[in-house]
Amino acid sequence: MTIPYYRQSQCDFCGTCVGVCPENAIELAETTLVILEDLCTACMNCVIICPTAALEERDDRKEL
Amino acid sequence: MIEKNYDVVVVGGGPAGSMAARAAAHAGSTVALFEKDREIGIPVRCAEGVGAKALGSLLEIRPEWISQRISGVRFIAPSGQSVDMANDEIGFILNRKIFDADLAKFAGDSGAHIFTKTYVEGLFFQDGHVAGVRINHLGHRMTVEAKIVIGADGVESRVGRWAGLHTQTPIHDMESCAQVTAGNLEIEPSLITFYFSHEIAPGGYLWIFPKGPDIANIGLGVSGEYSREHKPVELLQNFVHRHFPRAVWLSTVFGGVPCSKPLESLVADGLLLAGDAAHQTNPLTGGGIISGMLSGKLAGETAVKAIRTGDLGRHFLQEYERQWQPEAEKQEKFYKIKEFVFNLRDKDFDQIAAAVLSLPAEKRTLVNIFRKALIKKPSLIFDILKLFT
Repeated sequence: MTIPYYRQSQCDFCGTCVGVCPENAIELAETTLVILEDLCTACMNCVIICPTAALEERDDRKEL
Repeated sequence: MIEKNYDVVVVGGGPAGSMAARAAAHAGSTVALFEKDREIGIPVRCAEGVGAKALGSLLEIRPEWISQRISGVRFIAPSGQSVDMANDEIGFILNRKIFDADLAKFAGDSGAHIFTKTYVEGLFFQDGHVAGVRINHLGHRMTVEAKIVIGADGVESRVGRWAGLHTQTPIHDMESCAQVTAGNLEIEPSLITFYFSHEIAPGGYLWIFPKGPDIANIGLGVSGEYSREHKPVELLQNFVHRHFPRAVWLSTVFGGVPCSKPLESLVADGLLLAGDAAHQTNPLTGGGIISGMLSGKLAGETAVKAIRTGDLGRHFLQEYERQWQPEAEKQEKFYKIKEFVFNLRDKDFDQIAAAVLSLPAEKRTLVNIFRKALIKKPSLIFDILKLFT
């Protein structure tokens, strides 16, 4: 299980991902977004809904 | 300076939060409103359309709020066929930067304390009741106690969930949106335009809301059912480049609109939810300014009543849910219409457009027919369909 990969430069901090997260696992302030690894179940709802494709499902997070 | 305790703490400085803070402060409570961003009213994650009559029923309208007066609606079918409709209500495209700032100022004028750049990190509980918030204000962390907390923290709401309410939006009920405010457009400024087509906005629609003679909000929403493969950012770029190649992109914004059924519960012990945080939108159109303002006002008033009686528990606060019930019933009905409309295929839209065009212009009040007929009797949708096919 791998949590979504997050690309900050593509993020508008709109919070749409927070609204569909079943685990309340995304923290969003004005210009910071953090996925709480302990809570995330990798359901990918946030990846699906993100209007800017700032979140991505990837298996190779280590190299990023 | 932030006090250690208030009667009412409001989380979020949009229209719902400001109306809640204003109502509570006006009725004599001490109120703090916390906004996570540095400025009220920015960014504008909204198409800014509102009905004139509905807005006027809540506030005395100020001319500075109005970018453009709207007197008609144009639908564009997937075939490109254009259908102009008689409009049953005058509308406004607002300037939300000014509007939101004014609403917050009204709350402040009534005595509420407003703090921007203040992030609510969590709730503070006492004996199982919500009894305040934990905040981060410019790096300084503190707990602010409150008799009642009102969560008006938008689509990204976490406040309700911290209190055990089920506010997650089902993925198929979230509209993933992108919008540009663009200039140098050739448009009809008194008309709002909607495009329906699977190619342009799957499981949603595209809107053009004029803000002046050659400037408009152009945006689209895509249902979560389709937004993995069809990203709003790309669909918007494609549309604008094709339809308005000379457009000047002045501002781009992204966001989500909960277009769901009403929430089962809007209150917990010591907590009320209002606005997008409570999914109080029209699920068909995604509109939520008026319902957010109304629910904020009701939530603020209920909070003060609860504080006066000394009963801060959810049973007393359900008074707010009872007051909201007529709106919740409308939301329920618009949800059914949404399910129907977004299940239409492109060829259905084309057939409906052709049928409507064969009617004389003054009878083309589709919105009116839908609204009046379906609110009264949802099964009428089948009769209406026969009318158009």
